[in-house]
Amino acid sequence: MLTTTNTPDSKAGGPNLWVANYADYLYSYACSRIDDNELARDLVQETFLAALEGWEKFDRRSSEKTWLTAILKNKVFDVYRKKSKLSQKETVSFNSPGADEYFEESGHWKEGRFPEPFGIEDVALENNEFDGILTSCMKKLPPLWKSVFTLKHIDEESSDDICAQLELSSSNFWVISHRAKVSLRECLQRNWI
Amino acid sequence: MKNLTDQEKGDMLDNCKKATFLIEKQQSGKIGFKEKLELEYHLSICEMCNTFMKQSAAINQFVKKVFQRGKTVKLDDGFKAELQKQIDAKLDQPSKN
Repeated sequence: MLTTTNTPDSKAGGPNLWVANYADYLYSYACSRIDDNELARDLVQETFLAALEGWEKFDRRSSEKTWLTAILKNKVFDVYRKKSKLSQKETVSFNSPGADEYFEESGHWKEGRFPEPFGIEDVALENNEFDGILTSCMKKLPPLWKSVFTLKHIDEESSDDICAQLELSSSNFWVISHRAKVSLRECLQRNWI
Repeated sequence: MKNLTDQEKGDMLDNCKKATFLIEKQQSGKIGFKEKLELEYHLSICEMCNTFMKQSAAINQFVKKVFQRGKTVKLDDGFKAELQKQIDAKLDQPSKN
């Protein structure tokens, strides 16, 4: 007997079309940022539920898709924050005492850790095999480093925003960015050559 | 415009750790003026860090590409049906206004 829905009239989509229109997109978005498919799935669900709650207030200044993605993004941040709290203690300062995996006391590369050319430097090659290695090397980074790396390179967040979101000091941020790059590069060298 | 002192040069001579740290800052557009001189000096004498710098830039580009190309992962149909049911149920609740 109800002929009208109780949601605001919408020309494009509306909640009953969200699953059909955006579920795969949002799921892919989450999976690429969190390598835990179960969790990614839950985040998509939470996103839809949160969006339903806020639907009446959605002002349509952005598209539905953008709006839903923003909600999901915040949920991804929550996950990152939790991980970062757990691993905060792992972070070390630039000149932390004790053995450095890659560098001598003097700062020079350690024997056996020397960067060598591996053929990606000058060419913009499209190579699925290389993409695969890159992806698996990224997965090996510790959680906090991976969060920082992902935000920095994939979402192109500013360093200030990343620090604020993850509750990191700026110096920690740079130490982590540096270490993540050094270990990612070495992983590529080991697996690609 | 100031150049590095001998002391500052000496400190950067073997310091690949600092140089690669500065490369990260530079490629993020956040390098300071003195840091830039330190990095330039080190790069003028260190082949390995030149290699690192090129690779680091390439990695930045690749990572972006990999994600832009990002395959669509499909959520399984059963889960989608569940979601749809949840949404429908919420939408069917009488409006409170």
